Amino acid sequence: MAHTADVTSPSMTSVREEGLVEMAWDPITRIVGSLGIYTKMDFKNKVVKECYSSSHVFRGYSVFMKGKDPRDAHFITSRICGICGDNHAACSVYTQNMAYGVRPPPMGEWIMNLGEAAEYMFDHAIFQTNLVDVDYCEKMVRETNPSVWEQAKNTEAPNAGLHGYRTIADIMTALNPLEGELYLEALQVSRYTREMFCLMEGRHVHPSTLYPGGVGTQATVQVFTDYMVRLMRYVEFMKKNVPLHDDLFDFFYEAIPGYEEVGNRRIIIGNWGAFQDPEHCDFRYETMEHWGRKMFTTPGIVVDGKLLTTSLVDINLGIRILLGSSYYDDWDDGETFVSHDPLGNPVDRRHPWNQHTIPKPRKRDFTDQYTWVMSPRWFDGENHLVMDTGGGPLPRLWVTALANLVDIDYVQATGSSVKINFPKTATMPAQTLEWHVPERSNTLERNRARSYYQAYAAGCALHFVQQALDGVRAGETDTWSPFEVPDEAIGCGFHEAVRGVLSHHMVIRDGKIANYHPYPPTPWNASPRDVFGQPGPYEDAVQGQPIFEENDPDNFKGIDVMRTVRSFDPCLPCGVHQYVGKGKVLKQLHSPAGVPDAQ
Amino acid sequence: MTAAQTPTMRDKPDVSDAKVHILWINAGLSCDGDSVALTSATQPSIEDIVLGVLPGLPEVAVHWPLIDYENGPVGVRDDFIHWFHEAYNDELDAPFVLVVEGSIPNEKIKSEGYWAAFGNDPDTGDPIPTSDWVERLAPKALAVLAAGTCATYGGIHAMEGNPTGAMGVADLLGWDFRTPAGIPIVNVPGCPTHPDNLSETILYLLYQATGQAPMIPLDEKLRPTWLFGATVHEGCARAGYYEQGEFAEDYNSQKCLVKIGCWGPVVKCNVPKRGWINGLGGCPNVGGICIACTMPGFPDKFMPFMDEPPGATVSSRAIKAYGGMIRRLRTMTAKTVDKEPSWRAKGTKLTTGYTAPWR
Repeated sequence: MAHTADVTSPSMTSVREEGLVEMAWDPITRIVGSLGIYTKMDFKNKVVKECYSSSHVFRGYSVFMKGKDPRDAHFITSRICGICGDNHAACSVYTQNMAYGVRPPPMGEWIMNLGEAAEYMFDHAIFQTNLVDVDYCEKMVRETNPSVWEQAKNTEAPNAGLHGYRTIADIMTALNPLEGELYLEALQVSRYTREMFCLMEGRHVHPSTLYPGGVGTQATVQVFTDYMVRLMRYVEFMKKNVPLHDDLFDFFYEAIPGYEEVGNRRIIIGNWGAFQDPEHCDFRYETMEHWGRKMFTTPGIVVDGKLLTTSLVDINLGIRILLGSSYYDDWDDGETFVSHDPLGNPVDRRHPWNQHTIPKPRKRDFTDQYTWVMSPRWFDGENHLVMDTGGGPLPRLWVTALANLVDIDYVQATGSSVKINFPKTATMPAQTLEWHVPERSNTLERNRARSYYQAYAAGCALHFVQQALDGVRAGETDTWSPFEVPDEAIGCGFHEAVRGVLSHHMVIRDGKIANYHPYPPTPWNASPRDVFGQPGPYEDAVQGQPIFEENDPDNFKGIDVMRTVRSFDPCLPCGVHQYVGKGKVLKQLHSPAGVPDAQ
Repeated sequence: MTAAQTPTMRDKPDVSDAKVHILWINAGLSCDGDSVALTSATQPSIEDIVLGVLPGLPEVAVHWPLIDYENGPVGVRDDFIHWFHEAYNDELDAPFVLVVEGSIPNEKIKSEGYWAAFGNDPDTGDPIPTSDWVERLAPKALAVLAAGTCATYGGIHAMEGNPTGAMGVADLLGWDFRTPAGIPIVNVPGCPTHPDNLSETILYLLYQATGQAPMIPLDEKLRPTWLFGATVHEGCARAGYYEQGEFAEDYNSQKCLVKIGCWGPVVKCNVPKRGWINGLGGCPNVGGICIACTMPGFPDKFMPFMDEPPGATVSSRAIKAYGGMIRRLRTMTAKTVDKEPSWRAKGTKLTTGYTAPWR
């Protein structure tokens, strides 16, 4: 194509390695925001040699929130994200509840849980089928792996009896963008689930009815019935959709031996918990460990397959914000706002409560600073672990399964799996789905977990909507509790944004916001090399992964890299670049910005 | 059966060969919420537009980061950014509408680097600032559509104390900017934009682009007049409580929210009337204070959001006296109309007033 660079351009002079190719995807489509990833490809050995992740947008929430009224925080922070803004609003409300010492009435929590469940149902549905599945659709697979397409035509779908597609190829065809019936159905699903959301939180994606202390939504028979009718449509959809995705992803393991290595990285995954239990949650820091474990999706961290903790206090104290490759100055001289937490534990200077955001725009340089994303890490006492969120669902299910704490009518943890029990629906009998802890944290398992968590969220919603209706029938319709904003206070909130861990940390002084630092999932996943040189999760997952695409470098699409990046459900401004090796090749395959070589 | 000819509407140009590109830049300071909102639009939906479901639509080639199929490596195959380079180099095969999402940071206030960028410069390898793209492409576009309050007026990312000097598209290009076709910037504010407000405006522009509709009617802030001509309050389901002087004292209440933070009476927006999606949801109509997210003064002029707007103290006091009287009169009437007429009763007598011939 048109953009050929001079081989002698400064950015290219570092390319010395034999046979390496630099390529760039920038901006990446079918994600939220703008992301850039830069890699060196080794086509001879069919492996990605190196990968760099870069984000191109800075907005400065922590900067402009200073001095504002703390009650504005959820209205403002919702605007951080355009697909899961409500997760931010909810997390900010949790943070404010702690700071103001207010506990919403149970009905307020059920409504918020129902809204957040609808968000998971909507967002995972549209992301999975309209953004991720396109990488596995007929059109794409024919372009990248014609032999796999041939095999798909001759492979019966094991769950055809449930979802109605006879072969894997039939599934792939149904996923073709704007033509396939599954693709079009998912768009419709994403709309009625957003109707469910609006019944609870008013407006998608920036809710209108959330407040510290509860919600402004009126709790009525009507509003919950309207929700439940739509929910049962979704449950029926799940009964087909989950087995269908099992068939699709299992097929890739079968058709492409070694595919389990795509996007595979060490199992260091975490989730910060979702869905409060109003019977237990009082939003006090002192009791946080207890009520955190009562959440309907258990918070926790899994390392190498072992459950490290389920304590929100542990989780909180371990968060560290590192720099290294980001366009910011360090806060060495910055004030420490919170030296100890309310339990008396020391709080680190690199913890979000004590963070200062000092932007320093500079020229992108892959040997130095190359992104607006910082590097959040989780400190286990010895190491700054490069934790990822697995796109959200994988660690949610993994922690919940191992922790074995959740047991309600519709969802149950077993210690090694999670069961979702659905009642009968319009055309299908009752069905139990079971997600088992996988062997790996890789691209296909991130994606498979997403389908199961859609079902999990629906199962939770069935529980919540019945609790809410019981409350209405009992006349317990209060949704909001009053509060005062203290002059001095701190607060923190933990939640799951759709694509993974979400925390907000606030410090109030003189009744105003003195410090506010939100940490959404994408900084964890899209982070660059930190001050210790550890690459971030996208970089780490792509780096070293095998390439199975059948196209030669001149016609290369990079589908395996794209699948890995999308499996994390990126939600920020970034882009991916690849690198072409020497001389002549470089002239044809230009990388717009040089990636440094390995030395 | 023979293939039917596509009928054309009388007095409308034949558009069967017409084509329009839509180039979408989401790399302003945004959250992508306007892109996401558009996926929930149903009147019309994105499928209706892209698949040409509505009569008279040209072929539409959408280059939209959120759902675009194309995403090959830059300069190798099927990359996304090449459409934007081609638009700048006048190499597209049809005119284009430029959609901008997000506010535009001021790149001139610092010595190096960038606040927001979109793709890279093929010659230098450096990121191309979003503001450069807008300044390059707007003068070549058929129409420029600013989607959402960030792109229209700056919005959240342009609030007091922001480090980036962010502004709206019209602040960057000038409020009197016109495309070569003479079309002003079209602003569809909202944080995010109402899904159908955005899709409906795109539809209008496609009809205008193909000569089927006259100049889009805009107000002085460049908003489509049919969408932003009325206030939140004028369309609010809770406005009746205001009229009767009944105000919510806290967020449990179903009454009018103006005393606990709602700016509806002065905000131009159709959301309570339209609902958020398929008529469901909204803001004050369902218990959420209007924080004025469609307005040029958003957010600073409306913060702290949860306090009573200054003007509301006076107006709500005035309405309380009048509304109280109205409410008392209505209560009397309501009692009367809440009863069935007296003649609906068992017994041997007909008391409806009818004179029975069978007696």
